[in-house]
Amino acid sequence: MAGIPHDHYEPKPGFQTWLHTRLPIVSMAYDTLMIPTPKNLNWMWIWGIVLAFCLGLQIITGVVLAMNYTPQVDLAFRSVEHIMRNVNGGYMIRYIHANGASLFFFAVYMHIFRGLYYGSYKAPREVTWIIGMLIYLTMMATGFMGYVLPWGQMSFWGATVITGLFGAIPGVGPTVQEWLLGGPAVDNATLNRFFSLHYLLPFVIAALVALHIWAFHNTGNNNPTGVEVRRTSKEEAAKDTVPFWPYYVIKDLFALAVVLAIFFAVVSFMPNFLGDPVNYVQANPLVTPAHIVPEWYFLPFYAILRAFTADVWVVQLAQFVTFGIVDAKFFGVVAMFGAIAVMAMVPWLDTSSVRSGKYRPKFKAWFWLLVIDFIVLMWVGAQVPNELNSWISLLASTYWFAYFLVILPLLGVLEKPLPQPATIEEDFKSHYANPAE
Amino acid sequence: MFRKIAISAVSALCLFTAAPVAAQEGGQIEDVAFSFEGPFGSYDKQQLQRGLQVYTEVCSACHGLNFVPIRTLSDEGGPQLPEDQVRAYASAFTVTDKDTGEDRPGLPVDMFPANTGVGAPDLSLMAKARAGFHGPYGLGFNQIFKGMGGPEYIAAILSGYTGETKEEAGSTFYENQTFPSGWIRMPPPLADGQVTFADGAPNDVKSMSKDVSAFLMWTAEPKLNARKDTGFKAVLFLIILSSLLYLTNKRLWSGIKGKKLH
Repeated sequence: MAGIPHDHYEPKPGFQTWLHTRLPIVSMAYDTLMIPTPKNLNWMWIWGIVLAFCLGLQIITGVVLAMNYTPQVDLAFRSVEHIMRNVNGGYMIRYIHANGASLFFFAVYMHIFRGLYYGSYKAPREVTWIIGMLIYLTMMATGFMGYVLPWGQMSFWGATVITGLFGAIPGVGPTVQEWLLGGPAVDNATLNRFFSLHYLLPFVIAALVALHIWAFHNTGNNNPTGVEVRRTSKEEAAKDTVPFWPYYVIKDLFALAVVLAIFFAVVSFMPNFLGDPVNYVQANPLVTPAHIVPEWYFLPFYAILRAFTADVWVVQLAQFVTFGIVDAKFFGVVAMFGAIAVMAMVPWLDTSSVRSGKYRPKFKAWFWLLVIDFIVLMWVGAQVPNELNSWISLLASTYWFAYFLVILPLLGVLEKPLPQPATIEEDFKSHYANPAE
Repeated sequence: MFRKIAISAVSALCLFTAAPVAAQEGGQIEDVAFSFEGPFGSYDKQQLQRGLQVYTEVCSACHGLNFVPIRTLSDEGGPQLPEDQVRAYASAFTVTDKDTGEDRPGLPVDMFPANTGVGAPDLSLMAKARAGFHGPYGLGFNQIFKGMGGPEYIAAILSGYTGETKEEAGSTFYENQTFPSGWIRMPPPLADGQVTFADGAPNDVKSMSKDVSAFLMWTAEPKLNARKDTGFKAVLFLIILSSLLYLTNKRLWSGIKGKKLH
């Protein structure tokens, strides 16, 4: 593997050499585990391990749940109750799986915002970032389809609303929607294909995760200073880094244990806190719930979807210019996907030559405003629309786009960054005493 | 930096609750100190038995519990009726046998019968399908501190009648301060002294409402005791594990990282 110079695996004569000449798998595992990692990583660098753990947890609990679940409209809801009541430990497995989705998304948001703050998306890590965004999109699809499977009221109506978004595409929309649903409305065919895809997509995520890790193992990790590890020689690289094993493995395991302690407290003591009570009512196509809300992790983008109503001038302009082809509904859909697209494009929108937000005084303020903006969007996404909330969601949505499309490009030109340390070693020495002294 | 993110994380956590506002339009719901609340709470066997009695004598006239197997009445962490009583309880129902297609007396392996005759909803999961508490301001704090409020909602409905009625589209509606629209189709089901408990517990409307709400929480979440027990062990184990890993990590890094300078 290219990247930071370090000691490689040397097979001993005998079996090790025999295997190595045929399949260098031990060498690959060794290089992956012993990769030189910047020694100044802070606690925001733990979420990757939490995410990898979540994927494993969701797959294992999911496989067990699938053994006892029936994807059929008359039986699905009852089979979930069967899991909760009759399957040994089923109540725990299902609650871990349901809340595991929340932990997964919580960790991915922490991970993404860490990347945004420390400029982890910048060259040469654009591909890592893009793959990460693909993982996030696949996670959203998987989470959405998984939520449909218990066949509660919110499962059914959430599926109706979200697949309806595709119906808003001008011209082909209704055809696409019918193709997705397998019929004119959410029904047995929909449940079956969602179950199939919900089982498939996690393995797609696993493959993307492998690419994600491969990509950043090639470029090396970013770090809080944003200064690259020196690669001129093994000796110099060693001054900036420590091997991943054991230093970061143990640190990450400690962080994971703390996160899991909180996670299991939620699972065991308040397992339904993050869910909507309405989903304990079996799906009924004839009764619409009073207030259809997605799970919390979709709320920021759901808020952007709802923000652009027909009375907003941008929407009216778009409608006028396109001779009515782009209506308010389609505009909202474009805005929602656009909100993720601009985030994916951030490597090319951020014009600053400085990587880490630590040395960008103006950037810092705008970044924290983005974090607040995200939380406000999450809040307003769950509220019943009224005049005040509509204004809040419109303002918050506008800021989301403005941050990526206007503020980041301009900041690179207008901002005077603070001096950066020359090396990671120098920065580390200025913060920590020499342990030998 | 990390502290700031932690603060934002906690605030984000508090926003998780997507509060259905429809229920907020109903009246204030009183917080009941049920025995099963909190990390260490568990069901009160006596209360569940009283609740079962209220359900059997009153609610079951119109409502079913079709997701609940009758045999679970003798389960650990439930009303824990003796098995002969469960058999006797089951045999009071008439069940159409799946295999023979003929009617026979119920057995413990059967479910409580469905009862949809008058359009009354099934009560198996009702205590989890309603939230009594929301907010404030859509932030979800109340659900952290008081619980979701499903059983409280049921208790409040049962004791929330004002006595007013109205006729609309050929149906009678009863005014209820808890019900979201203020008017409910269900006639007031309970009256003071309606059910006589063997243990001599109070049988006014309020007490019976609480007992049957506790019972319905059990039908919705029969493994609550076991779940909290498992969770307690898991959290304790993880706290010990993280303490050990903390020390390991500190020791491991001591050769790399000296004292923090400022």
